[in-house]
Amino acid sequence: MTSTPTRAGDPPGPGANDAPVPADPAGPGRAGRAGRVARYVAGRLTTALASLAAVVVAGFFLFRILPGDPVRAMTEGREVTAEQREELRRQFGLDQPLWQQFLDYAAGLLRFDLGTSFQYREPVAELILNRLGPTVLLAGTGTVVAALLGLFLGARAGWRPGGRGDRVNTAVALFLWSVPTFWLGLLLIVFLASGRGFVPGLFPTGGMVAPGADGALETALSTARHMVLPVATMVAVIYAQYLMIMRSSLMDEKGADYLTTARAKGLRDTLVRRRHAVPNALLPTVTLVFLNLGQVVSGVILVETVFSWPGLGQLFYSGLRVPDLGLVQGLFVVFAASVILMNLLADLVYPLLDPRVRP
Amino acid sequence: MNSHGHSSGLLRPPSLRRAAAAGTALLLAAVPALASAPAAADEDGGDTLTIATSQQVDSFNPFTAQLAVTTNVLRHVYDSLITVSPKTNEPAPSLAESWESSEDGLTWTFHLRDGVTFSDGEPLTADDVVWTFTTMMENEAAAVANGNYVSGFESVTAEDDRTVVVELDQPQATMASLNVPVVPRHVWEPILEEEGDAFAEYGNEEFPTVGSGPFVLTGHDRGRSITLEANPDHWRGAPGFDRIVLRYYSEKDAAVEALRSGEVSFVYELTQAQAEALRTTEDIHVNVAEGKRFQAFTVNPGAVTQDGEEFGDGHPALADRTLRQAIAMAVDNEEIVDKAHGGQAVAAGGYIPPRYEDFHWEPEGGGALPDFDPEAANTMLDEAGYERGGDGVRVSPDGDRLELRMHVHQDRPANVNAGLVLVERLADIGIEVRNLTVDPGVLSDALFAGEYDLIFTGWTVNPDPDYVLSIHTCGALPTEPGTMQGDAYFCDEEYDELYEAQLAEYDREARAEIIHRLQEVLHREAVVNVLAYPNIMEAYRTDHIASIQYEPAEGGNIWGQDGYWAWWSAEPASAEAGAAASGPSTGAWIGVGTVVLVLVAGGGFLLLRRRATREDRE
Repeated sequence: MTSTPTRAGDPPGPGANDAPVPADPAGPGRAGRAGRVARYVAGRLTTALASLAAVVVAGFFLFRILPGDPVRAMTEGREVTAEQREELRRQFGLDQPLWQQFLDYAAGLLRFDLGTSFQYREPVAELILNRLGPTVLLAGTGTVVAALLGLFLGARAGWRPGGRGDRVNTAVALFLWSVPTFWLGLLLIVFLASGRGFVPGLFPTGGMVAPGADGALETALSTARHMVLPVATMVAVIYAQYLMIMRSSLMDEKGADYLTTARAKGLRDTLVRRRHAVPNALLPTVTLVFLNLGQVVSGVILVETVFSWPGLGQLFYSGLRVPDLGLVQGLFVVFAASVILMNLLADLVYPLLDPRVRP
Repeated sequence: MNSHGHSSGLLRPPSLRRAAAAGTALLLAAVPALASAPAAADEDGGDTLTIATSQQVDSFNPFTAQLAVTTNVLRHVYDSLITVSPKTNEPAPSLAESWESSEDGLTWTFHLRDGVTFSDGEPLTADDVVWTFTTMMENEAAAVANGNYVSGFESVTAEDDRTVVVELDQPQATMASLNVPVVPRHVWEPILEEEGDAFAEYGNEEFPTVGSGPFVLTGHDRGRSITLEANPDHWRGAPGFDRIVLRYYSEKDAAVEALRSGEVSFVYELTQAQAEALRTTEDIHVNVAEGKRFQAFTVNPGAVTQDGEEFGDGHPALADRTLRQAIAMAVDNEEIVDKAHGGQAVAAGGYIPPRYEDFHWEPEGGGALPDFDPEAANTMLDEAGYERGGDGVRVSPDGDRLELRMHVHQDRPANVNAGLVLVERLADIGIEVRNLTVDPGVLSDALFAGEYDLIFTGWTVNPDPDYVLSIHTCGALPTEPGTMQGDAYFCDEEYDELYEAQLAEYDREARAEIIHRLQEVLHREAVVNVLAYPNIMEAYRTDHIASIQYEPAEGGNIWGQDGYWAWWSAEPASAEAGAAASGPSTGAWIGVGTVVLVLVAGGGFLLLRRRATREDRE
């Protein structure tokens, strides 16, 4: 992704602090503050929109540089005549000059029309909507579970750095972090899904719902069952990043004076950690969570591929292979937009959580 | 003291909580397993055959569908006039019971079978056939998929309800292989009118689709499954299975595991390693069939347009046939089979694979070049004035060092490995090869710009080989750089004459003879050098499928047939066998469920107790 995420922790620009004192004598403090907040929000919004526009332009031209000819790739191995290829080229608009193609594309975007996929012959927006649900379900669940697990274990590890729990936890997390996703996924399939020897196949080998499932309950249960292995794979690989950030963040807090105060009050160790240290140590992880949530939409290509999960990551991969220009440039915009949106949200939420960076 | 006591006690509740959480997750996962039916047996009654597939659907519109998976599916939904006999690979009756051509070969008459109906009960008549062909001839958007079949048609008319007459521009031997889906006019005429310019995007996803084939398309859940139901009234007889489901597996190794677990009944396009691993598995039969594809590398003889304009930057010495022949002779096709295909291929051979017995040609006797003879190749080059430089690399008589680029498909392991063999063998005759293993897009760009020396290629050859022969006529040269119809910049007068002759020859034996001579020319000119014919590898569960028709019957394949023999003929294995093999028994599940329940209940109880005591203490 070539988006230019603004760091959530950035101090507001100088403009925000130099806000002129409003003339209203009734409530100078309040109105000035509202003005500053408005300017902060407006600034962030402008940056987000500018990034999005840059992404649209860059995406269009970047994908045109991709080697290969979509029409040739799609008709490869088919017994087609030159006329049939010409007709396809015309249908895809590839016979138009590049600037014309860009104008058509940009005009479409303004109408929220993402164009048509070459290979699927379907509106890109429809294809994306169709797959958004499965991707958000899988990647969202994976991210949330990984965050909760990582933060929980990280808090414990960071509270007693160097202890046995810390060493074991960190070692396991880093080992899993370095395991190739694809390999781990296949291992889980081989040992837990295909049924070898006496071990029955506990989980499905792929897909999202068993073909015959009908009714809401049956579908939900079948989906839950299909989710176990992909979510487990995803969590195993990524929870380490939350663990490590939480661990180091908590270690930073550990020596803080307010903790000494809390202990001096006679609070139990657990309470000191839970009520005082952890909330403060959580702040840096907010950025990470938002960043990762932005990428939830682009999915987890490898996990989706191993487990045949009908999501957006897989769709993007299939589009790149052709290259299906209509599809990939549409997806690119959606992926970038979601990252930009999440960054924007992080920028807006962070001041609420941390008074120190309030405008 | 006290705090110590606490911290040691602290470790327990969370671990209990974790156990409880894990238990809940397991339970959630296991409950539906108890409820769900085994894969092959069927809840709605009837037998389902499940196929693992990976290719996405482009369109179910038979006028525009391009991709292998959709053309394969549509072959089962719409009948064509003529199909291929699974016994002989030769044209066989389908909708047309018989057909004949006039003396001059320009008029073809097809006599339709009586009593064929579409799945909506309407009869299929000559009018439907005429409308299908005429639409492809008149509407460019409707010609995208199969326009090549009708490009030589002058007119198509219905003499009566059962007779279709086609007038041709010139004789065309491919008329007996009209593999074009015939659609019901009463359904498609309104669609064509309504869609107008948008017909190209019409996906034909109103289920159930109306067709005359042995199956009816009843569902498509993009990226998840495609469902076909048997058409019990098909004129050839009802199919053995009641339903065919294509399930999506994006990763082939996962699909193989699904075959092991019984979630699918059939997996195709296996690698040699996957086939080997499955060979020893119980209840699974691995089918190795003669390949339809050839794997080849072509030599750039100098890219030119039809008007003779030269372009590209191919090595100038490659215009010399002697050098090209030496290159072809330096490569041992048996070695390619061993090292690039793990033995799962047949060494080439002529241009048409041996699967098509009468069309296949082996270079032997007469003026044919030897297949592998590096010594002779070296002698040829010495005599032609290619002298070895100090580093052992030859220099052409014009003073160009023989350093050649070789473009290889990065995504095809067999090509990558064959490329490595080529580098070594060409070094044996004093040619240095720069191995460019690249993205298929890069390779395709280099080919059409003429900016290559050696490049890999391959084609799937249909029962009628006309098309793969046509791409090497002079007419397939580009009209301007970048527009080549063929894939080798090959142009040879003798070849063109032979090509025209085979197209006009309606006697199969005589035509085969001409096709042999075409292959001889290709072999002699050494621009297109065929290396091997890779085998087709696929596997099915014998406890799901009792019997299935291969095409051809001896050594043939299941997936990708030119007819619908496999899925039409497949017979389900007996119900008991299917049920016994599909996953663990209900008893096992109840066992697992009970254990999990006890764990969770126990965990929850302990957790609650622990909580309570802690609160008491605080």
